[in-house]
Amino acid sequence: MTPKTNHNNTIIKELPKNFFSGFVVSLIALPLGLGLAIASDAPPISGIIAAIVGGVVVAILGGSHVTITGPGNGLVIVLLGAITTLGAGDLYQGYLFTLAAIVISGILMLLLGFLKMGRLADFFPASAIEGMLAAIGWGIFAKQFHIMIGHNNEHGSIVKLLAQIPNGLVDLIQNGSIEEMVAAGIGIISLLIMIFYSKLRNPYFQLIPAPMWILILSVGFSYSFGWLRLPFPMDSSYLISIPENVLSNLAFPDFSKILQTDFIVSVFAITLIASIESLLSIKAVDKLDSQSRRSNVNKDLKALGLATSLSGLVGGLNVVTVIARSSVNVNNGATNRSANLFHASFLVVFILLFQEQLKKIPLAALAAILVYTGYKLATPKTFRKVAKIGKEQIVIFLITLLTTLFTNLITGISVGILSTMVIHMIINKSSLLFLANVFKPNVLLFQEHEEKTYYISVKYFCSFLNFYRLKNKLDAVPEDQNVIIDFSVCSFVDHTVMEGLENYMDTFSKKGGSIEIVGLDKHGADSKHPFAIRKILPLETLKPIEKYFTRRQASLKATALEYDWSYEAKKSIKTKFLSNFIFFKTREISYFYNKLIDEKDNCSVFDVEFTEGAFVAKEVVKTTIMYVALPHQLPIFSLDKEGLLERIYKLAGFKDISIKNHPDFNRRFFLSGEKKTEIQALFHDDLIFFLESNPYYHVESNGNSLLILKKERLLSVQEIKAMIYFGQQLQKLLKHSLVV
Amino acid sequence: MSLNNPFKTVLFGFAFSPTLKINIMETSRIAHFFGAKLILLHVGSKSDQKERQIHEILSHVEHKNLEISIEWKTGKPDEVLLETCQSSGIDLLILGALQHENLYQFYVGSIARKLTRKVCCSVLLLIKPSKERVPCKHVVVNGLEDQETPFAISNAFYVSHALGAKQLTIVEEIRQKEIAVNIEDDKSLKRVTILKEKLKNREDSRIRKILKSIPKEYLKDLKIKTQSIFGKRGYSIGHYAEVVRADLLVMNAPKKTGVLDRIFPHDIEYILSDLPTDLLIVRKTN
Repeated sequence: MTPKTNHNNTIIKELPKNFFSGFVVSLIALPLGLGLAIASDAPPISGIIAAIVGGVVVAILGGSHVTITGPGNGLVIVLLGAITTLGAGDLYQGYLFTLAAIVISGILMLLLGFLKMGRLADFFPASAIEGMLAAIGWGIFAKQFHIMIGHNNEHGSIVKLLAQIPNGLVDLIQNGSIEEMVAAGIGIISLLIMIFYSKLRNPYFQLIPAPMWILILSVGFSYSFGWLRLPFPMDSSYLISIPENVLSNLAFPDFSKILQTDFIVSVFAITLIASIESLLSIKAVDKLDSQSRRSNVNKDLKALGLATSLSGLVGGLNVVTVIARSSVNVNNGATNRSANLFHASFLVVFILLFQEQLKKIPLAALAAILVYTGYKLATPKTFRKVAKIGKEQIVIFLITLLTTLFTNLITGISVGILSTMVIHMIINKSSLLFLANVFKPNVLLFQEHEEKTYYISVKYFCSFLNFYRLKNKLDAVPEDQNVIIDFSVCSFVDHTVMEGLENYMDTFSKKGGSIEIVGLDKHGADSKHPFAIRKILPLETLKPIEKYFTRRQASLKATALEYDWSYEAKKSIKTKFLSNFIFFKTREISYFYNKLIDEKDNCSVFDVEFTEGAFVAKEVVKTTIMYVALPHQLPIFSLDKEGLLERIYKLAGFKDISIKNHPDFNRRFFLSGEKKTEIQALFHDDLIFFLESNPYYHVESNGNSLLILKKERLLSVQEIKAMIYFGQQLQKLLKHSLVV
Repeated sequence: MSLNNPFKTVLFGFAFSPTLKINIMETSRIAHFFGAKLILLHVGSKSDQKERQIHEILSHVEHKNLEISIEWKTGKPDEVLLETCQSSGIDLLILGALQHENLYQFYVGSIARKLTRKVCCSVLLLIKPSKERVPCKHVVVNGLEDQETPFAISNAFYVSHALGAKQLTIVEEIRQKEIAVNIEDDKSLKRVTILKEKLKNREDSRIRKILKSIPKEYLKDLKIKTQSIFGKRGYSIGHYAEVVRADLLVMNAPKKTGVLDRIFPHDIEYILSDLPTDLLIVRKTN
């Protein structure tokens, strides 16, 4: 069977699953599409058009697998701004101008895709993006809260709207009309449904998503008046308006403002936010994908751009990739893009079949859905999460949030980026570190010879400004490989990078590979959070190392538990027991730390820092070694590869020793020592086979203990485990040879 | 290609700085290892006191049979050095360099840069000269696909041999440009991985060809390794040398650079602005 037919077969086999998940998503997409459009002050149908056009175009041309596309909540604030400013009071005219802006922004997104700007979202600091999203959440919340309680005509800035909420509530209770009261009742009940939906564990109730329940109940509510022959207590201004015939009442963009400044600003803002929201969502959905496939972001960006333009041409809003609907899609078993297409098809069906019913949907019900969505973007939990990472992160977050609330999104995110840069400079007390090195390629990748591990070394600093370089390298490594990222020559690593690397680690471990970070032990951190900023401390020796727990240290601790060993992170300068190894004759040991101890077998593994050379030529080296204390005496010997350290051993009076009948061993290893016959007796056949068949380690005996060393750099936890295994086997074999 | 002593005359331009003694000890040692004649050149006026000082230092030089001559010239340092290299048939120019350039040191750095770009012979930039001998253990040389590369590699072998290095690593920088496929999804990643493997093999066989032309005596006692790295050309090799803690980095001379290249630094410029190790830039003397 060729792979091609195989591929087609799976698609057909998986169609029912995707059909079902597409259906479930459409149940959410319908209320959300209507709601997001209303929240942007655009006709409700425009949100549905965006979802339909997006679903069809991106399903056919996109580069992602299980994403859902449609109108996005990030864009609500931008679109609302565009419609109000461009329309100058006339909302419908503003909507037509905004459609033109949407068409052009679609073309720009298409261009971004062709220019391979899928990287765009990488240039924003994580906390600034969090701040921006929180501001968007508040924006949606502020406006929709008033509609939810029946006050349809509140306008003004986000801050003003937020401030009016208490007044609005008081006003509703004191002198609300019946219509307002009914609307508020529907709104508040809807909100309660949104809040308590996830807490109700009834499987039948859970079959239909919460937003759809709200639509069904509120439409049912208005029909019940008809059945009871009572006058409906709300006029059409409290209900959504949908044109009689959707197909013949399409709105078309008005391009007459195309050269004006506020039009261009709007296009810019729409493109920026739409791209960021889509790119972030695509990345996030890739993580959810059960098959952990990698999306082609540039291809997706092109498809989204085209979809946006087409949607704008027929009166729809922007098409972006949306995280909430996509995750529902994944949770309901979607496996490929056809789910997106099905979601769009169901929306068409709903619009054509249920036109009458849709007109009965109260605005307050949709507003309640949006209030909940907005709140979700800026819960107190979000604040706590950011604050935990570090003081500077909450500062960046709040600066971005407040600037966005008081000005607009573009200014907000720009100020967020700027303040992040300034804060980084203040933390490092240096602007030169950033200014001088930002354009330098700071990442080196190579594959090590023996184990085929990928080794990445990062220099200078690594922050959101140049994280893309590291990402480029990481993207080029197949995810089933082992990677070691060494930050020991990098003086500053920021939160965006730490969080980004965490995502990579997830992907790699899912696909059978691994990423480990080494060389951060010397970096200070403000908090114990794994994503906290890390920077090299000039006075690091003054501070206890265990204060800044790195992930590597945490996993060393776990390893110790696993082996029933004990672990001590503390630095110790009691290094005398190492000094009679020849290896350390010419090297001065400063201290060791991260010690794993096995009391039973007298083994330990630890990181050690030593210096080579003296004065100007002095170099500080950190490496991981294993130390095995032996219960018996052993001849002094050293086993080395091809005589790299030959010179020192010659100086120590060692002679080259060859083992009879093992030419291969003699060629590959350099065994030396003083007591030739004793050493030859020690290296029995089993031991030699063991050494030949295992990866190379430098082994040295000082008479009563062994020193095992792999590389002149810190080892990853995986490598440490391998070394422990090697050491234990070696210890057994040596014991055996002495018994013999 | 004669490998027998490519560096017959070595020039060192000195200034009366606190590091003068260390610099002279180091350069005389290098000249001795290369079996070369050492010319010390001072750009500036000659005075009795200066002369006494330099002779005092020279009396400490370990290798007494080394042929040393001192010259005094006036003019702009870089121009004089360039001119002397031409007129005296210099094979190797030794310069003291600062490891990291900052804005204050930029002027000093720019002299070294200017010289490196314009000079007609090979240049050795020393970042950490020392009074006592620090053995050179590990030499890293570039293996770029370039017509100058075989020459640079053979020089690297000569130098490793002369300085008694233990290991020589030939670094092949595989450029992003050669991997024409963009990694966008799983499929393209697979293609790129295969392509990289191919490139690696191609590079390896190219290097092996070059190695054939190296005299056997230079290969003795020397561990030779090849390593493919992925990164920015010219820059990444410096980063690699730093990571493996090499003692000397050997590179091809940069091609004649235009105005654009200076605005957008590339290749050797990166290494010059942030020297990881001692650096030997090999250039054929005509």
